[in-house]
Amino acid sequence: MRLAVLYSGGKDSMLALLKAAEKEEVICLISMVSKNKESYMFHTPNIKITRLQARALELPLIRRLTEGKKEEELKDLREAIRRAEEKFKIEGVVTGAVESVYQAERIQKICHELRLWCFNPLWKKDQEELLEETMRKGLKVIISGVFAYPLDKSWLGKHIDKEMIGKLVALQQEYGISPSGEGGEIETTVLDAPLFKKRIEIMDFNVESDGNSGVFQIRKARLTEKCY
Amino acid sequence: MLLIVDMNYRKDSVGYYEFVLPIASSIKDLEEYTIRHYSELSRTDIDRYSRIILSGNALEDKQVLTQIEDFAWVGTCEKPVLGICAGMQAIGLIFGSPLKRCLELGMTWIRTVKRNPLFFSSFKAYELHGYSIQPSEELDVLAESEKCPQAVKHKKKEIYGVLFHPEVRNREIIRRFMDL
Repeated sequence: MRLAVLYSGGKDSMLALLKAAEKEEVICLISMVSKNKESYMFHTPNIKITRLQARALELPLIRRLTEGKKEEELKDLREAIRRAEEKFKIEGVVTGAVESVYQAERIQKICHELRLWCFNPLWKKDQEELLEETMRKGLKVIISGVFAYPLDKSWLGKHIDKEMIGKLVALQQEYGISPSGEGGEIETTVLDAPLFKKRIEIMDFNVESDGNSGVFQIRKARLTEKCY
Repeated sequence: MLLIVDMNYRKDSVGYYEFVLPIASSIKDLEEYTIRHYSELSRTDIDRYSRIILSGNALEDKQVLTQIEDFAWVGTCEKPVLGICAGMQAIGLIFGSPLKRCLELGMTWIRTVKRNPLFFSSFKAYELHGYSIQPSEELDVLAESEKCPQAVKHKKKEIYGVLFHPEVRNREIIRRFMDL
């Protein structure tokens, strides 16, 4: 089955891509670039890096800009998926949804209207397990956004490794924070993954933060040979 | 031991993660389980398990409904069976209840209409289906939404079907099924 992956450049969409690619054929990526920082559907720091990630994956990328207004952004998503269908003859769409019935319902509806299959390979996955699988599969992931107490700028740009997973799980126990950021507490950016032909090297970045909210903005990056 | 039947379009599909594993994680502390794809089940296999859950599948996945003869064993099964979504549709077809178009996506109000050991009162549940069933006389309707029957039970057996997805929201329904 020919599938498109809704790809934000973070760990969830990357892990969903890897799982889908183990079973079916991933043909292209779709990224929504939202102007609205409050968007429930699409906003994520470093969305622009998906261009580089698509090159690393050697997959075509359909990018669509959206104002991020509540129902309008769904029309924009529908249009992006329709374009993927037209251009790449996709038969289905894969998302990195884990818990959000809000997102899942809306994407299912669009896919159904377009008569496309919809898959959510991370659906209801335990969040600690999700982080461990991210590491086990060899993804190199940094924290590129924090949006909840007691997280702050000291977390930004840090790699998700065994020690970091331990810290995030401890925060869950103490503060009720979702360790994989399912409640929007953290956002991540993937710099390397098993299907990447090259890895992403960050050349320049900027940290913007205000208390418990902050982003690690990649200003300049390039593809470079992987280290084996 | 529980048998979870994978109702996806083929064995080892991408739908397995979404429709089968969440059921397994709902009961993992309660009982040992085995997962098998519907196409590889024989009557002998069924006899090895104490109860059975039939999973759901993707909204566009109609494969299992074209191979309903693979579920003839449900008609003579004396063990507790719970069919979820496509699982309820399969149970319906086996007991003479034709499919009826009824699209419901997302969180939906469900109203209990007959007392039963799995759920009570009104509650919101996650829906992902294009069809319900027109229940035959062999099945009691246990719950309804505004649009269609949401849960059924065989009149004489512990065979249940729910159209909504209790592995997504309302996991206690699956746990109560494990106590039957």
